[in-house]
Amino acid sequence: MNPDASPILVIGGGIAGMTSAVEIAEVGFPVVLVEREAYLGGRVMRSHKYFPKMCPPSCGFEINARRIRSNPRITVHTLSTVEEITGKAGEFRARIKTKPRYVTGEASLDDSLTEQLTSERPDEFNLGMGTTKALYYPHDAAFPALHVLDREGLSDSDAATLTQSAPPGAIDLDMGETEKWIDVGAVIVATGWRPYDATKLENLAFGESENVITNVMMERLAAPGGPTGGKILRRSDGEAPKKVAFVQCAGSRDENHLPYCSAVCCMASLKQARYLREQYEDVEITVFYIDIRTISRLENFYYDLLEDDKISFVKGKVAGINEAPTAGNLILDVEDTIAGEKPEAEFDMVILATGVVPETADSPIPFDLEMDEYGFLDGATDVEGVYAAGCAKHPCDVSRATKESTAAALKAIQCVKRG
Amino acid sequence: MEDKIGVFICTGYGIGEALDVDALCEVATGEYNVPFCKTVESCEGAALEAINQDIQSENLTKVVIAGISPRRYADTAFPPDVIVEKVGLREQVVWCLPPNDEDTQMAAEDNLRMYLARIEKMKPLVPFQPEEELSRDLLVVGGGIAGMTAALEAAAAGYGVTLVEKSDRLGGWLAKQHKSIPTKPPYRDLEETGIDALVSDVEANPLIQVFTSAFTAETAGAPGLFDVTIASSGNGKPEGDVLETVRVGSIIQATGWRPNDPRPSLPFGDLEDVILNVDLEAMVKEQGKITRPSDGKEAKSVAFLQCGGCTDKEHHSYCSSICCMTSLKQALYVRDGGDDAKAYVFYEFMKTPGKYEDFYRTAQADEGIFLTRGDVTEVVKNGSGLTVTAKDTMLGEEIQVTVDLVVLAAGMIPNAADGEIIRALEDAKINIEDGDSEAKREAAAETIEKYSHHEGTQILNLQYRQGPDLPTLEYGFPDSHFICFPYESRRTGIYPTGAARQPTDGKGSREDATGAALKAIQCVEMTWRGEAVHPRAGDTSYPDFFMQRCTKCKRCTEECPFGTLNEDKEGTPLLQATRCRRCGICMGACPERIISFNDYSVETVGEMIKAVNVPEEWDEKPRVLVLACENDAFPALDLLGQHGLEGSPWIRVIPVRCLGSTNFVWITQAMSAGFDGVILLGCKYGDDYQCHYVKGSELASVREKNVREKLEQMAMDTERVELHQLQIDEYDKLPKIFKDFADLIDDIGYNPFKGM
Repeated sequence: MNPDASPILVIGGGIAGMTSAVEIAEVGFPVVLVEREAYLGGRVMRSHKYFPKMCPPSCGFEINARRIRSNPRITVHTLSTVEEITGKAGEFRARIKTKPRYVTGEASLDDSLTEQLTSERPDEFNLGMGTTKALYYPHDAAFPALHVLDREGLSDSDAATLTQSAPPGAIDLDMGETEKWIDVGAVIVATGWRPYDATKLENLAFGESENVITNVMMERLAAPGGPTGGKILRRSDGEAPKKVAFVQCAGSRDENHLPYCSAVCCMASLKQARYLREQYEDVEITVFYIDIRTISRLENFYYDLLEDDKISFVKGKVAGINEAPTAGNLILDVEDTIAGEKPEAEFDMVILATGVVPETADSPIPFDLEMDEYGFLDGATDVEGVYAAGCAKHPCDVSRATKESTAAALKAIQCVKRG
Repeated sequence: MEDKIGVFICTGYGIGEALDVDALCEVATGEYNVPFCKTVESCEGAALEAINQDIQSENLTKVVIAGISPRRYADTAFPPDVIVEKVGLREQVVWCLPPNDEDTQMAAEDNLRMYLARIEKMKPLVPFQPEEELSRDLLVVGGGIAGMTAALEAAAAGYGVTLVEKSDRLGGWLAKQHKSIPTKPPYRDLEETGIDALVSDVEANPLIQVFTSAFTAETAGAPGLFDVTIASSGNGKPEGDVLETVRVGSIIQATGWRPNDPRPSLPFGDLEDVILNVDLEAMVKEQGKITRPSDGKEAKSVAFLQCGGCTDKEHHSYCSSICCMTSLKQALYVRDGGDDAKAYVFYEFMKTPGKYEDFYRTAQADEGIFLTRGDVTEVVKNGSGLTVTAKDTMLGEEIQVTVDLVVLAAGMIPNAADGEIIRALEDAKINIEDGDSEAKREAAAETIEKYSHHEGTQILNLQYRQGPDLPTLEYGFPDSHFICFPYESRRTGIYPTGAARQPTDGKGSREDATGAALKAIQCVEMTWRGEAVHPRAGDTSYPDFFMQRCTKCKRCTEECPFGTLNEDKEGTPLLQATRCRRCGICMGACPERIISFNDYSVETVGEMIKAVNVPEEWDEKPRVLVLACENDAFPALDLLGQHGLEGSPWIRVIPVRCLGSTNFVWITQAMSAGFDGVILLGCKYGDDYQCHYVKGSELASVREKNVREKLEQMAMDTERVELHQLQIDEYDKLPKIFKDFADLIDDIGYNPFKGM
């Protein structure tokens, strides 16, 4: 309806940004979607399943990827960041920097080439659990469906192998960084979140014991594309866990860490308890919580778990985690605040429900925007023409992020229509 | 113009090394007499541009590219007026079958044949454009916070809105509130509701026409063409008087909620000084202070019982998501009564998610507010006050407090009607009169008894064959229960929002309503362009009915998950094309096979089935037809290859828009063609369904049972057809599914009709 309107810039290609982009484009307005990683989908692509339906994120992603492929109004820049924004509503300019992928997309690559390489790099998609070759395919549902080359992780001998064996034109080792300015009418900030750094939780043994992991690591351990092929195993010895603790509010609702509630960790832990129960008939699980915050119709998910006699819930904040005499096991320091006593608390695996930190807290948008005390951009920002959606705005789950990004799409359209 | 078909066969990606490409070309030029066939080294990037140049210079109208998966191309990569079919030889043949093998070659050649056969039958798409002019205006039903927000946000984008509110004023529940919980950083203090300004903004907006004391007496038509009769709901005018008829393009249902009064089920529910949170709110708004209903005395101490005072899950099977914040807010009202005023809040879990935690801190910091977990076991009259007993608190075993007033946090019930049930009720009433058997009449009586409370609950009064309102899910919310696509309702162009869709607070309602306004605007724009809305967004195909052969069996009108078809008195389906989501479920349902899309029909798939070269029995090469949902199972088949897992050389895969679009004549066609069996791959169904068309895979499973009966009639083993629910990431299950099926064929033997 308005093909000549200035495009709307969407920063962040996770579930929120992708949603904003397709919703805008399907109304009829052009969109430029800028994503820092080599692929779209963001953090949700690292989740094994969505609560409460226990369905794979790649299912909805497939639809969104098709919507992008079939819509000429969407321009996607991966490996790209917005370095500078100037101007005002209706007439912003944005400077976009794109890092080299070194893979041209002119000829296809497959595993036979990557198998010839020897240098390995940490697999950041699997949160550093495991490695990949320097030339790698990011993950099953990668969009764009292209390999990426980690130039810094590439040894000289591998570089020579690529020069020799890669299909002609497939790889350009001299590819450089590019930069360009684009005119945009409005901006949606959908830069999402990162997990709270669990090493800051000094008393919870993260980094000291391999069997203390975070909830985001758990998603990768349960996922078929994860470091264990989807089998949940103790990191220390590859054994199946038998007694597992979930430590809720690991950092969240804590004045010393994240004072706010991260809003998704209760459901995430309950979901992960189900992963465990689906894999192991005998595994025993205890969830230590302050409040179980299963909001709205998610309440049923919790009720269903109450029926499982292998899962118990204890109201109590875990104050410390210490290594037990039994190798790899852990003892939790916690009081059951309803019974008023300290339960027996030795476990062989502990999952910390770490919270949500807005990316904008450390990597602010290069524009003078007011953030709240925690680094979130709360919705309609103080600058006209700039709108936040998803976890850039506040901690939220996928269904809330998608509805907010749909709302942000309308605010941005109003802005470019005003001109 | 005569069609000119061209074929490009890609030799890159290892295809050239694994297959006999000359033989593939021979299939195209020899068997199918294709005038243009070329091998290319790649089908991406510059190579794709070269293909497009050939398409243009050779004046090709239809093109088959055999190379990488169809999921790897942008639809915009080809000239718009050319029909292009892509055969995923790389993923589904070369990557999952052994190279330079007779069976692998046969699979590749059959794949090419199938798409050549299909493309011959495909016709160009012509977007649906009705003769009448399509409306771009919106209707919003409900004038609370969600409805007013939707109207204002749509108007701000330049769209005309008709807003219908059943009561005599705008504002809904927000207008009944004294203060609002915090809606912005720092989320610590109560705010003014801002309702007056909001109402005047709506009333002053030239693009918004408001009808109060009004309701939607009839909503006929379809997206772009809804004709809505707005009638008086009383208040001065005779009820039902038609006030106006409007044509709108799409509809937002923002009909809000009503409190769930738990008192009738509570032993202490009939005590006079046990009131609901909504009553307390009204009291503070009206009189500025809190008093006891029993004697009018000011209430200095108030106990708040969360979750309506119920501790069993029967009474609060979902969380209303707002009550904790409301009680904290009202506890602060209590504290306005003076230093000696006290509020006690008993909860199971304090649910102040996200940044509402800071609001919780405000209450925690107040010395006159006592907050504890606790199960309230008893509330009894004690002099002029009430004594509340709670167990399992954080302060010890059992505690008692005596207060002036007890406030129950009443939850939210959606103001929504269940269109499907109302329809069932109407049908049952007819059956009680006209039922042709005692059993039918009895079943009808049962239905009426079970659903009689739905009588008269209609809101939208849709003129839809499938009922007058949206279908609802558990607890009566007219939602889709989709995580990724939260606005998808089962009536195209009608978007439920706010507390009618799910329990939500005011801020959540505003966000939700803004998003719903976007979807409503998007629907009118896409309808204007003749495009489908989600999930086949942008598809310009639509179903065509060859009415001369219709037997009025009503299968299509009953089974469409989106209520696309109306019917006349005789049961003739009446297509409302702009309601259609293009899933093809009607096509799958039709026993007469009279429903087709230009690019997807019983014929296009039938031709693919017939195109497969089925070997004779003594070749010992079974053939299994796989009908795979294109959204999930088909990508899973790609992933099988992507991971280098072992595929099956016996299978021949046809993607379907939804497994529900499977017409079971395809199965008999496959059997007649000599296939040894059929595997149906669809999405998960049931409560946690993943079907993007809600009912498609479930319908397919029902029809599968019918097809087994048919197989029996043909003297075939019923095991020859099996249905699997497969998620997109369950590609690793496929090798076993295929192997087990091959073993089964080994066991029961080949199709006895093979070669006949």
